[in-house]
Amino acid sequence: MNVIDRLFGVSPQALSIRAHRFEVISANLANADTPGYKARDIEFGDALTWAQDERAQPLKSSIYHFDVGNSQYNLMYRLPHQSSLDGNTVETEQEHAAFMDNAIRYQASLNFLDGRIKSVLLALRGE
Amino acid sequence: MSLFNVFDISGSALSAQSVRLNTIASNLANAGVVGESAETAYRARYPVFSSVFDSALTTQQAAGVRVEGIVESEVPPRKEYSPSHPMADMEGYIYMSNVNSVEEMANMISASRSYQSSVEAMDTTKQLIMRTLSLGS
Repeated sequence: MNVIDRLFGVSPQALSIRAHRFEVISANLANADTPGYKARDIEFGDALTWAQDERAQPLKSSIYHFDVGNSQYNLMYRLPHQSSLDGNTVETEQEHAAFMDNAIRYQASLNFLDGRIKSVLLALRGE
Repeated sequence: MSLFNVFDISGSALSAQSVRLNTIASNLANAGVVGESAETAYRARYPVFSSVFDSALTTQQAAGVRVEGIVESEVPPRKEYSPSHPMADMEGYIYMSNVNSVEEMANMISASRSYQSSVEAMDTTKQLIMRTLSLGS
């Protein structure tokens, strides 16, 4: 973990997981009318624990290797309250709620990161 | 940045839903078309969607959607006795299209709702990307 990583704490990883969750939820919404499609989601807590795990990161054997985002999270299937006859388990309202929830939490992480960047800038400028 | 993949996924949904709206428009426009036989009568068309787990379109496991094909309804066309009609066959029957207008209207509402939700997803994502880009300013 370098200095910048320590400075920003968990927010960058949280943002990357949130961004990936956006991808999964928008895929659910896109496939709301696809026969046989099963809605999926990311368990945020597990994904964050996994992303913070040093052993889960790719091995760097040269100084020229740089960090890559690791986003192979486990996707879970959503349990439908009422699945449709064609085997589709997307419940649009639930997906909308999840999307909105994710958007607010993404913005919260952005705010934390923004505050951190601003305080660093303040310290650097010494104004 | 995986937020950009939302545009690919939602974009694929937009094009799939617009194909669906196209078929609905075609069905409604041809609802009153009369055919000379059961074979030539207009049959309602419906798109079949399937999800694409294609690495070219999206990364990882998230999937977009595409139109697999268009199928024609199997419902037999409505036979009507109307000997004075210019399209009537030898026995005096005409064959109306098998489009159910009420069904098509319901289908249209469903398609436009799905379209809207994809547009909203893209809109929210755009705002979040703009906020991410302006971090620290």
